[in-house]
Amino acid sequence: MPRKKNGGLAGLVEPDRVHRSVYADPAIFEREMDHIFHKTWIYAGHESQVPKPGDYYTVQIGRQPMIMVRNKDRSISVLYNRCPHRGAMLCGDRHGNAGKAFICSYHGWQFETDGQVRSIPLPQGYEGTRFSTDNPDCNIKRAARVGSYRGFVFVSLAEDGETLEEFLGDAKVAFDDMCDRAPKGEVEVVPTCFRVVQKSNWKIFLENQLDALHPSITHESAGRAAQIVEKDIAKRSGKAPLDYHYLSAFTTPLSKWDQVQTVNYPNGHCILQGYMGLRPTDPDTLEYEKVMRKHYGKDRTEEILSVNIHHVLLYPGLSVQSPLQQLRAVRPLSVDRTLTEIWHFRLKGAPEAIYRRALGYYNLVNSPATMVNADDLENFWKCHQGLASDGGDWVSFHRNAGQDDDDEGVIKSRFGTSEAPMRNQFRAWSDMMAGA
Amino acid sequence: MAKEKTKTKKKATAKTNGVDTQREVEQFLYRQAEILDAKQWADFIDLFTADGHYWMPATPDQTTGEGVPSIFYEDRDLMTVRMTRVGHPHAWSQAPAWGTSHLVSNVVIEQDDKKKGEIVARSRFHMMEFRRDASRHFAGTYRHHLRRTSDGLRIRQQRVDMVNGEGVYDYVLQIWV
Repeated sequence: MPRKKNGGLAGLVEPDRVHRSVYADPAIFEREMDHIFHKTWIYAGHESQVPKPGDYYTVQIGRQPMIMVRNKDRSISVLYNRCPHRGAMLCGDRHGNAGKAFICSYHGWQFETDGQVRSIPLPQGYEGTRFSTDNPDCNIKRAARVGSYRGFVFVSLAEDGETLEEFLGDAKVAFDDMCDRAPKGEVEVVPTCFRVVQKSNWKIFLENQLDALHPSITHESAGRAAQIVEKDIAKRSGKAPLDYHYLSAFTTPLSKWDQVQTVNYPNGHCILQGYMGLRPTDPDTLEYEKVMRKHYGKDRTEEILSVNIHHVLLYPGLSVQSPLQQLRAVRPLSVDRTLTEIWHFRLKGAPEAIYRRALGYYNLVNSPATMVNADDLENFWKCHQGLASDGGDWVSFHRNAGQDDDDEGVIKSRFGTSEAPMRNQFRAWSDMMAGA
Repeated sequence: MAKEKTKTKKKATAKTNGVDTQREVEQFLYRQAEILDAKQWADFIDLFTADGHYWMPATPDQTTGEGVPSIFYEDRDLMTVRMTRVGHPHAWSQAPAWGTSHLVSNVVIEQDDKKKGEIVARSRFHMMEFRRDASRHFAGTYRHHLRRTSDGLRIRQQRVDMVNGEGVYDYVLQIWV
């Protein structure tokens, strides 16, 4: 074992391979919670999840149960889901409306939605104690920092560090690409969240997101099945709906996948460029482009629609498919269990037919009855099981190692199947865990 | 897995005395459950009319599958994709094999329009699934919109509302419930 006796992490992550304990050791998982999930910016939710004052959604940030809530003044607070009195959780429901105040169900302490204590029953009982209402500890604790970029709310539980925009860097194109595609420049959440648990370490999911080598292998069955039916429909009625293409695109041969580029940014973020050809010339798309030109003008519309992204990974916990308005938030539950929360969005001002496109992808690829992730989750489980094997200590990321182009800190792969995104994620992991 | 071949397709279309809708529908629902447990996917799809849909809404308050998120919203073409996938030799998640047991009961005939030949039936179901040494349970309500055809009863729409449908899924649903 290359691990130091003092429990240090040095030697576990090399530029082209990672020791299996990084995925399997519960002690390392706990350090990841402290040094990654409790420090960097973690996605909390979209502002449109809480449209009215008092609306709240509960969310797990690292190990912390938190509440994202809309205040009277339209601002958004993110609070620790804990009553400062005896420590009971305040909101036991996943979402709802708190009305004017959060009320603790145990002893009736009341709080403004921004966390400020509002009333305590028989407050005289605290006179002369060090827990009187002027003590800030009587308020619900607030997240150290809350940031929002184009309606997407992130939380950092650390006082110091990069701002949200600095942290996202150029990878914020995930949200620009999604929102710019809306004639009104913003998106609105569709209030259904599919939640699926993976029996594997959270990093295994992130590594899969931009892995262009796996789709035609892992998803061969779904791709072929869709292709057969797609051709059958085409024979019967001319053209199959785009939905079938979402699946049959998995049959793209490996040589084509190798032509797709990945762009790898600081902090572990990466982009996989598009391969699906999501700019068809059917009447619905032409109508949508007309609406876009009305709002943005010809040149800007062209600029927006020619952004060619399939996936953006925002390390360490968000996978965004901007051209189809979907995102998957990663919530590590334990070293070998990971929850994904899957949302999709409407482009404000776009024709209904364009929403149906996002919806088709959400239903087919991202629902709990997905024919795609059925095989991914199976692989993730196998990857995690394999970590227990003494057949080898290292997980390999050697593919095209040393052959990517470094453009002032931005790593551009020359090949789509380069394992540059995984190497880039571990560069960030090592930086973030440096203090651990 | 039990390999015995149930003659489901024929039996599902078998005529009763033509007046006992309750018993006819019950027999139909039992056959559908048996078809699922026997993994006779083509027979399952054949229980649907040409315009039939299998629909599992994302939330119980939904009134249509059109334009809203669904867990399943499949016509016969999409059902054929699902069937073809699980039958593909490289459908990796099909190993290990898995099995289900469906129970259907509490069958209530909501509508029996003899003129149009349309029946609406509500029932309760419970499905236990066993895969890789773990069991999962899904339970809830079926609502079948049935149509009388020359082949017997066929499904115009099957709505499936699971009482645990909005919960966290430990792994996914590979096939219809």
